[in-house]
Amino acid sequence: MRYLFRTQYQQDIALFRHNGDRFWYGLLVLLVLAAPAILGEFYIGELGAVFIFAIAGVGLMLLVGYTGLISLGHAAFLGIGAYVNAVLLAQGVPFLVTLPVAGLFTALCGAAIGRPTLRMSGLYLAIATLAFGSIVGTVFQKWTAVTGGFDGFAVPTPTIFGVAVEGATGIYYVSLAVLVFVLWVSANLLRSPAGRAMVAIRDSEVSAQSMGIHLAWYKTLVFAISAGMTGLAGALFAHYVRYLAPDAFDVLLSVQFVTIVFVGGLGSLRGAIFGAIFVRLLPQLIAIVRDDLPFGIGRLPGLEPSLFGLALVLVILFQPAGLNGMWLKMKTWFQAFPFKRQASFRRQKSYAKSERLR
Amino acid sequence: MILFQAQDLSVRFGGIRAVDAVSFDVRQGEVFSIIGPNGAGKTTIFNLISRIYNSTSGKLIFEGKEISHTPAWQIAGLGIARTFQNIELFPNATLLQNLLIGRHCHSRAGFVSQLAFLPSVRKTELAHREKVEDVIAFLGLQRYRNALIANLPYGVRKVVELGRALCIEPKLLLLDEPSSGLNVEETEGMGFWIEDIKKDLRITVIMVEHDMALVNQVSDRVMALNYGKVLALGTPQEVKTHPEVVKAYLGAEVAA
Repeated sequence: MRYLFRTQYQQDIALFRHNGDRFWYGLLVLLVLAAPAILGEFYIGELGAVFIFAIAGVGLMLLVGYTGLISLGHAAFLGIGAYVNAVLLAQGVPFLVTLPVAGLFTALCGAAIGRPTLRMSGLYLAIATLAFGSIVGTVFQKWTAVTGGFDGFAVPTPTIFGVAVEGATGIYYVSLAVLVFVLWVSANLLRSPAGRAMVAIRDSEVSAQSMGIHLAWYKTLVFAISAGMTGLAGALFAHYVRYLAPDAFDVLLSVQFVTIVFVGGLGSLRGAIFGAIFVRLLPQLIAIVRDDLPFGIGRLPGLEPSLFGLALVLVILFQPAGLNGMWLKMKTWFQAFPFKRQASFRRQKSYAKSERLR
Repeated sequence: MILFQAQDLSVRFGGIRAVDAVSFDVRQGEVFSIIGPNGAGKTTIFNLISRIYNSTSGKLIFEGKEISHTPAWQIAGLGIARTFQNIELFPNATLLQNLLIGRHCHSRAGFVSQLAFLPSVRKTELAHREKVEDVIAFLGLQRYRNALIANLPYGVRKVVELGRALCIEPKLLLLDEPSSGLNVEETEGMGFWIEDIKKDLRITVIMVEHDMALVNQVSDRVMALNYGKVLALGTPQEVKTHPEVVKAYLGAEVAA
């Protein structure tokens, strides 16, 4: 068991808590960097997709897990990022420009949708963002002059400093870099006043306001950041799928993002990564066991979405802290071995519910 | 010197006059208590001052400036802090984070510099932490510093909420029933802290309270309300023996 002995306030705002953390995260980065030399093309492609989903997951985590706002329209933001990036690339704009522009433009769209939906919360916000998602989806289909409609178009190969970013490995490294950037920005945000304001809004709007937090400004801001990160993921997603068609950005994708956040564990950046791994691995697992399942279950249509739904329900019922919660419990079990007590992880019930002003 | 003034303050919810032409002024450095039976409009006055409710008519004046139309989120920046009757802390954050949120109105860091966590942000964060530690030391909350609010006992949460309000470094502190839900000992402790807040930190306090012992212990002046109207205003002794007040509480004619 490690007990942190704090001697400076600096230690509480450091990115890594202690050298153990630095060592393990460093090792993880090394492993991930070396992966393309070890794993085959297919696995690198899938791992790259995990990174892309993790970027969007981190974006949605800031919105759902830290600010307490829900969005069922994040597939639209992914789509906007993908199309902006691909269309600009096709115009001959360099990739190092189109990538940030895709992120920034999507962030603006996020602010634009965030602003009018500020007064809503819970179900109403979910409905509004769902509607936004289908509107954007329709735009992708109908605006044939730009998006190519249902026919779609092939995404040009990006180049960075004259080097073509080709194949699974190229996209893998770019996605990894963007993921690390997004994680760094999020961690910074969460340890500064803006991040605390987000948590305050999530837990009690009325008292956040009395603490001097401008609700409208922060909600719009978080919506913009969340959308911007998802837009970045979208730009990379375009290269992952290589061929853009509007049906990729439907409601099911938005639900997958929400699954990332809930299954991963609300209120944790690490959870967003776990969630992305889960969401990308589940379809692969299904594909592997599909033929061996009895009674032809494997050939049922809609098996995948229903399993996602089942996972979401089971996690909310039995493991509200998600995969991240399981990870923390496992870690504590090993650290305390053999002194784990039954009561350590028992959920606490709180009976002191306050009447909230709304 | 007068720090805060309410002039002819009224608010109506439908047909109910929750606060009806209430006027009072609060002097710099005093503890001003508002008492009254349930539903008298005490908390409503607090919600009017912190601008959660809009008044139907009347004026709020703080440091000579009218604040009747200031948005709620700017009130803390002016130097008015409050606590809530039923505790409105941020339960899924640690005590430290809760108190740091109290420092929010003092942070001027630009948004982009926060995203990059520039050295300037780090510096102000450390300065905020120093201030927060002062409050933690003042209220003796050291052992709970890294605990989640959701896991703290009620009495401690009540003190944390007071601490969060102090982190704003307010000129005027609104305490909404600081003793509600506390046992006798904790209530006594709360009384001493309110006295310290007045004497050592020189913060003016407006307090809504039911516990008359606490009111007598700390108040300089007391205002009694019933049905949104002022019944009496004066020293605790004067108000306690005022016939109207006795009638409102006991519901009977004063024995001759």
